[in-house]
Amino acid sequence: MNTVTISRRDFIKIATVAGGGLMLGFRIPSESNSADFSPNVWLRIAPDDTVTITVARSEMGQGVWTSLPMIVAEELDADWNHVRIEQADAHPVKFGSQSTGGSFSVRGSWQTLRMAGATARDMLVTAAAKKWNVAKVNCTAAQSFVRGPGGRKLSYGELASDAAELPVPHSVRLKEEKAFTLIGTRVRKLDTPSKVRGTAIFGLDVRLPGMMFASIQKCPVFGGTVASFDASAAKKVPGVVDVFQVEDGLAVVATNTWAAFQGREALQVTWNEGKWANQSSAAIRKTFESALANRGTVDNYAGNAETALASSSVTVEAVYEAPFVAHQTMEPMNCTAWVRRDSCEIWAPTQSPQPIQNQAAQILGLPLDRVTVHVTLMGGGFGRRLNPDFGIDAVRVAKAMKGTPVQVVWTREDDTQHDWYRPMTLNILKAGLGKDGRPVAWMHRIAGPSSRGLVTGGSTPPYDIPNFVVESHILETGVPIGAWRSVGPSQNAWIVESFIDELALKAGKDPLEYRRSLLSKSPRLKRTLEVAAEKAAWGTPLPKGKGRGIACVDSFGSTCAQVAEVSVANGKVKIDRIVVAVDCGTAVNPDTIEAQIEGAIAYGLSAALKDEITIDKGRVQQESYDDYRMLQFDEMPRVEVHIIPSTEPVGGIGEPGLPPVAPALCNAIFMATGRRIRKLPFGLG
Amino acid sequence: MATFTLIINGKKHAVDAPPEMPLLWVLRDLLGMTGTKFSCGRGLCGSCTVLLNGEATRSCVTAVDYAAEKTITTIEGFAEDTNNPLLEAWVAEDVPQCGYCQPGQILTAASLLRMKSHPTDTDIDAAMAMTLCRCGTYPRIRKAIKRAASRGAGKGGEE
Repeated sequence: MNTVTISRRDFIKIATVAGGGLMLGFRIPSESNSADFSPNVWLRIAPDDTVTITVARSEMGQGVWTSLPMIVAEELDADWNHVRIEQADAHPVKFGSQSTGGSFSVRGSWQTLRMAGATARDMLVTAAAKKWNVAKVNCTAAQSFVRGPGGRKLSYGELASDAAELPVPHSVRLKEEKAFTLIGTRVRKLDTPSKVRGTAIFGLDVRLPGMMFASIQKCPVFGGTVASFDASAAKKVPGVVDVFQVEDGLAVVATNTWAAFQGREALQVTWNEGKWANQSSAAIRKTFESALANRGTVDNYAGNAETALASSSVTVEAVYEAPFVAHQTMEPMNCTAWVRRDSCEIWAPTQSPQPIQNQAAQILGLPLDRVTVHVTLMGGGFGRRLNPDFGIDAVRVAKAMKGTPVQVVWTREDDTQHDWYRPMTLNILKAGLGKDGRPVAWMHRIAGPSSRGLVTGGSTPPYDIPNFVVESHILETGVPIGAWRSVGPSQNAWIVESFIDELALKAGKDPLEYRRSLLSKSPRLKRTLEVAAEKAAWGTPLPKGKGRGIACVDSFGSTCAQVAEVSVANGKVKIDRIVVAVDCGTAVNPDTIEAQIEGAIAYGLSAALKDEITIDKGRVQQESYDDYRMLQFDEMPRVEVHIIPSTEPVGGIGEPGLPPVAPALCNAIFMATGRRIRKLPFGLG
Repeated sequence: MATFTLIINGKKHAVDAPPEMPLLWVLRDLLGMTGTKFSCGRGLCGSCTVLLNGEATRSCVTAVDYAAEKTITTIEGFAEDTNNPLLEAWVAEDVPQCGYCQPGQILTAASLLRMKSHPTDTDIDAAMAMTLCRCGTYPRIRKAIKRAASRGAGKGGEE
């Protein structure tokens, strides 16, 4: 029986809610080591039956405003039509960590959200039983009503205030998963109507009385600073209110965004370009290349790869390289701040409001509780908005404009040139095969910019290889590096899954069979691989000029395998379809899961085929959508998603669909053309 | 600075603006209509699309003096009709992810359906190719356009 004991540290009950009703707070345990009680999920049932779930995670298109409440509503047996979402402001004490990343929202709060729903349900049923003076076992809950003997019936709203008078139960029973009626069904996202009507409020849509708009000119060279400037022409632009220096650039404040942009164009600035003034992609590659001649820091190993390599009769070697890649969220970075005498209010489209809150408090010399950060919807996150830089921009400008709300707006060019990029890496791989063709040794040496985790994540092969080593050289390049949707696995899985294909073919084996024979330690991944292969009819003959490729990756708590099918005509590759199998444990909202896989494939294909940030004279050379191109509508292949029914623990879904797509495609292109792709991006000819 | 009369969603607005100021910023910053989105400012992505005399137009590269006296429909006006089959299709297919580009996608699709009430896949590709979505909602946009077309969204125009 699925009974969960509630410790005193797991919940809080607020008996007095304005307007009556029941309010419960729950702690999501795994997130903070603090001994203080800090509930990070809040659930409120109002007398009008509305169930409001406050969630301290950011919605960026991944669907958490819908999937998280679904989990609560399932255990609560609430009528989904009564469920509302409320976005939490930054509040470390109340909510613990509010960072939204690592495909963690659902899997990180799964148990607590279920417990929250089940506890509230139990209290509502108890309240009804007391009211009717009947045994609790004779009462049932469904669709926001408790029903009792003799046709008695009360709504959750009618019971909420009575329930609030009860003690919180010591233990509650969670549903058997097979009894779920909401989880596992296709639920339309709660925020869809506002997004199709243009009423959804993104960061850039925040409007406040008397607000100003600002644009900041930063040094195009990373780490550069202002040497001198002449703002006289900028100040003459109609609408420009002020121009002043902020920490790392020049802020132009105006009555509208366009005037701020125009004013910025008119600035005359001389920069101290600093130590990276001559940095270039070619120089970085050279640095990486020299480093790779030597052993690096060992990140992971088993056995002795060096000895095993030396004694292998057949060896395979390859060099793989990937460039810097930008996020390119459709909504450029922006933030609105309003600094008053003893407080500050911030509206930020952020995946992580607390670093903005902390830094604002420091910059303004205010106690943390005088800084409010409202989290808005964001026009794409993908890891970019984990960084607080754009929020700090707004705080600095608003500090200088004390009393006036200011929205700082980045241009598309700012966004492209001042990102926190997926790291460029250069990789040497060596493997040795035994007589039976199985790999006996695997060596992967990576050179990349800091930090290590971003460079090496996902580089350990999931296969049965008795001797392997992953080593890395982490070198400072001056280029800011950050989390990019699916992070390390986004490129390391491309390398691992391409190289294992090279080994399979060297061994004269079918790439599917080769992988299957090496996955004894990963039955879940093996099964996922097999489902993808079966759904794609792997092994059935293809006409000449067509090719199939496969890849499988375990990342962010889920396994995903993909088969790419391509056809080649006149030297041009066309992606016919991508067949996907995914095991993400319990599938909360299959519709969102499919959407996230489709989106991850589009994002992954952009990086595989198009995206490349290059550096010259310390500057990013790309500016906008014309020279840094994303996948277009007419380039999107057919995607078929198969969600594997699973009893595995619930896994992530925002990212796991991405890592397999590039290697599956490269492996398919090899089958169709004999061309092995070891450098991103590669285009389709 | 000059005064322009803009006809937005059937209502007249008098705005004082430099003649070259893009319609996008007039809508967003002078009139507070934020449904129309800024993304590139160079007409490359389509997030800022509005209908100008019924035709999809990129407001970030359309000067306010050019838009004056013409019929402007923004997403707010387009959504006033609650039984709009294109919006219904968009909701039914649950198209948006982050949602930021969607007003531009919807109005670009509306313009297509106005010209071709039953577009083929090739028509849809041609019309939608340069309206970018970083979340990859493209397959659902295609489905929504087809669903809307099958329910008569293209008949009688959207304005």
